[in-house]
Amino acid sequence: MPEQYRVAVIGSGPAGLSAAARAAKVGMTHILIEKTDHLSDTIFKYQKGKHVMATPSNLVLRSDLDFDAGKREFILDTWDEQVAAGKINVRLNAEVTAISGTTGKFVIEIKGGEPIHAEAVVMGIGTQGNPNKLRCPGADLPLIQYQLDDPGEYFDEHITVVGSGDAGIENALGLAADPKQNNIVTILNRGSDFARAKAANVTLLEEAEAAGRIIVRRETSPAEVRADELVLDTRDGQETIPCNRIIARTGSQPPRGFVEACGIEFTGGDRGAFPKLSPSFETTKQGIHVIGALAGYPLIKHCMNQGYDVIEFLNGNLDLKPADEPILAQKFDALPGVRSVDQWLETFRANVVILQDLSPLQMRELMLDSTVSGYEAGEEIFERNDPGSSMFGIAEGSVLVEVNPDDPSVTVSIEQGSIFGEVGLISGRRRGSTIRAAEPTIVIELSRTAALKLIATTPSAARAVNAISIERQLLQMFGSGLMRDDVAELVAAAEVVDVRAGKVVIEEGADDKDVYVIRRGSMIVEKQIGGAPVFLSYLPAGTYFGEMAVVDGSARTATVKAAIKSEVVRFPGEAFVRLLARKPALREKAMAEMASRREINSFIESRKDSFGSVVDMYSETARFLIDNGIGEATDVLLIDEKLCVGCDNCEKACADSHEGLSRLDREAGRTYAHLHVPTSCRHCEHPHCMADCPPNAIKRGPDGEVFIDDTCIGCGNCQRNCPYGVIRMDAAPPPKPSLLSWLLFGKGPGPGEASYSWRKHEAAKRGMETGKSAIKCDMCSGIEGGPACVRACPTGAAIRVSPEKFLTFTKLAEDVE
Amino acid sequence: MASVPGQDQGFRERRQSSDHEGFLAHKRFRWLKIAGAVCLIAILGYFWSDVTPHPNGGSWYGYTLGTIGAVLIVWLALLGIRKRNMTEGRWSLKAWTSAHVYLGLALIVIGTLHTGFQFGWNVHTLAYGLMMVVILSGIYGISVYASLPAALSNNSREMTRKEMVEALAAIDRQLHSAAQPLNREEADLVIAALDQDTFGWGLGARLLARYRGCTTTTALAHFASDWSRPVGSDDPRDKVRALLGKRKTQLDQIRRHMRIKALLEVWLYIHIPATIALLAALTAHIVSVFFYW
Repeated sequence: MPEQYRVAVIGSGPAGLSAAARAAKVGMTHILIEKTDHLSDTIFKYQKGKHVMATPSNLVLRSDLDFDAGKREFILDTWDEQVAAGKINVRLNAEVTAISGTTGKFVIEIKGGEPIHAEAVVMGIGTQGNPNKLRCPGADLPLIQYQLDDPGEYFDEHITVVGSGDAGIENALGLAADPKQNNIVTILNRGSDFARAKAANVTLLEEAEAAGRIIVRRETSPAEVRADELVLDTRDGQETIPCNRIIARTGSQPPRGFVEACGIEFTGGDRGAFPKLSPSFETTKQGIHVIGALAGYPLIKHCMNQGYDVIEFLNGNLDLKPADEPILAQKFDALPGVRSVDQWLETFRANVVILQDLSPLQMRELMLDSTVSGYEAGEEIFERNDPGSSMFGIAEGSVLVEVNPDDPSVTVSIEQGSIFGEVGLISGRRRGSTIRAAEPTIVIELSRTAALKLIATTPSAARAVNAISIERQLLQMFGSGLMRDDVAELVAAAEVVDVRAGKVVIEEGADDKDVYVIRRGSMIVEKQIGGAPVFLSYLPAGTYFGEMAVVDGSARTATVKAAIKSEVVRFPGEAFVRLLARKPALREKAMAEMASRREINSFIESRKDSFGSVVDMYSETARFLIDNGIGEATDVLLIDEKLCVGCDNCEKACADSHEGLSRLDREAGRTYAHLHVPTSCRHCEHPHCMADCPPNAIKRGPDGEVFIDDTCIGCGNCQRNCPYGVIRMDAAPPPKPSLLSWLLFGKGPGPGEASYSWRKHEAAKRGMETGKSAIKCDMCSGIEGGPACVRACPTGAAIRVSPEKFLTFTKLAEDVE
Repeated sequence: MASVPGQDQGFRERRQSSDHEGFLAHKRFRWLKIAGAVCLIAILGYFWSDVTPHPNGGSWYGYTLGTIGAVLIVWLALLGIRKRNMTEGRWSLKAWTSAHVYLGLALIVIGTLHTGFQFGWNVHTLAYGLMMVVILSGIYGISVYASLPAALSNNSREMTRKEMVEALAAIDRQLHSAAQPLNREEADLVIAALDQDTFGWGLGARLLARYRGCTTTTALAHFASDWSRPVGSDDPRDKVRALLGKRKTQLDQIRRHMRIKALLEVWLYIHIPATIALLAALTAHIVSVFFYW
């Protein structure tokens, strides 16, 4: 009978390490299983010298291992030492292939080794997954590696890179960068072009190919790996090339498949879903526990605390309060009445519709990202036009929405259990109405990320939010004293449709009769005039369209297509007509809007004959701007190159208004008809950078600006996610001598961003050592006078515009004339 | 076809004042109007004050104009500080530039009337002369600011300075390997083209875009004169010719860029030193006037 452990911990990241350390401390028989030959692979793979942050700072660390913000090396060394000192039983180079059995007798299969037996399993395997292996004979040979740490350490080798993504191209370029290393580098691409890679990387690769530094083989895949040889399948048959090393960069397999194969259920089908967990981190498969990033907690401190907690629970310490207990207690302190943390959690869960399916564990995590508040009757919760991207749930009491901005006495009630503020969540725009408490009310405010995560992982919450938000959007859009009952027919028939960029929603001349509302994204309206499509207008989120054909009973008069990836709600036209028939005020309003729309259309059509070139130019300019991301922007910097003298005062002003680093690159970017879109933040309606920010440090500020606060941990996710390349990672530079001492005595680097060497030298002199963090345009929020780039432009070339104001015929036509 | 939700853009508008107007047209030529009015009043006042025996800087009207002029000169010179001092507040450098241009031009009238048309070989006329040098160089500045930016943009074809230099370096790498099979004499031509410093030319060459002794041009002329082989042949000399042609095109773009930038900046090398000299001469002028009161 082989040895049976009380607990097997799989994965030696912060969560797994902390669990194993706790097990060792309390004398539990344990084994820590790690796939690679070192501990904590994710942190190990960070670049050398990377500063690792310890957030959230208000969360206490509860672990037998130490952790504080510091250099990657220091953290890893500390853990290595403490693991050795704590007599933690580690097995490296052990890849788990399957887990079978039940509580008390799990069998953990190890690739190429004896299976391990344990009573309980703790899984802390993170979300990185395993790299895809080559699928050909010889794929297990040692000359294949899946990662390249330092391209400078290989000399005089034939190296083949497999994979046509950015990782593969960057590796190949790195290996061929220095001709003195004398490597012969080949990159294989199964297809004929590098469609998955960034354009800049492809350009560099093609240049390296033209210069003969890299051999690029297209439509080629590996057929067999041999010692120092690689057989290739090419378009013209098989070919054998010398090969001493293979770098395989063909993507990775997310761990979900493995986890599900162990019998563990997830909360939902989409990518953001997590395993279903009990308060003691137990999955739906009894005896297997999941902690850390895989459980949905990407921050190191959270992970380490969970490692500690899960072992305590296994050890029978069921009264253990989670480490976040004091934080939650503090949050609930502000609420009226005396209830325990658990009681409050239960109150919120039971009363708020969208929270009903959550486990206590999920409730706790949600609460960490949320705030709770109590309001007296009549107290304002938020005001119309306030910025805000959070969503509220009513736990006790009810609120009144002031639907008519001119008359606060016109209100609509929202009852206990329902939600409000969800429009800001979906469209990222300002609050549509003022909301007050109708009676003593207790609400929970979910941050945008917390709410989105909830919607993505809890189907019932998603359904509830969807129905409510459609109803609210209709009420807000139509105004005119409509009530919930009036739009009930529309809401019931509503269908949410995803539209990819460029897809036509309404085709000119067609005779379908649906009405649409833009829920997110934006649309452009085009009309065929004189054989060419002419840009008519730009429609931001929160707009309805398609009613003209329904009301007139005519064919579609123009084409509407998505400017960017959008979401529209489709309603049957007849229901809309019935609503208009019931509500004369709404009908009048709709008619007036349609009349003004017809007027603009016919104006542009008439101009087309007399000033055809102006209309063409206007259409082209509008299209250019939308291609460059203006369609999803809320506020963007443009440069009129008929005025720009290239003094770069905008960049200097930007650096001097912030911490000394410029957040814009004037020269880079696209230009059309002397209208230049520099590399600078567009403050997207739905910021790509917000998508994956572990500490939730990216927020939308009071003027609609998207900014990064000082909880940034410098992970670089936002930089990678931004399609416009406007985020840079850099350390805050040391302060410069004053302007006067530069003017008079030539001290310091002068106005603008100091050179890299000055910053580095000066920082070393002052002993400053700060980690890199992400910086981007914050629209100079908090700076009186507004954006420095615009204020500092001597010629008026730099302007900031919002698309709905700028993408209009009058504005653009006057500019091109 | 659609309805746009009524949104309060007022706040953002106020905050950003993104009116799309150049510095000359700023606020519908506000400063042109003000400067014009100032000039008109100064001229009318000149005739109305009727200083006897003849107009001069020492009369009450002369002192008035002199004071206005001196204050203006100092204020105009402060643009250099304003531009570099990125303080908070509701100011815009465009408005400052606009005022700088028109009030600077008004100084021609104010300064000239202040002299009472009395000139001589003295520190007073020196100050006047320097002022005119500053203003004339400024007029050149306005004209290039108004005419050249579009050319700068057309020439760059969406490339940054760095990208232009990198593109040249990329061509050079290809040229270097393509020239390997050439004979000694022809290889030397290519090496000479590669070795020549793109930026090692004087101001004259930059401004006039006249690059005498450009080795790329010489090399291209040598290879371009040889059309003995069919077009598109694999001969290394044809490859080198094609690459030299690319190099010349890239070099021309960089040179045009440098020329336009030089034209946009060269006047500042007169405008600013002359301003410093003017401030010194002005001080001497004022001190001497009060000393010999």
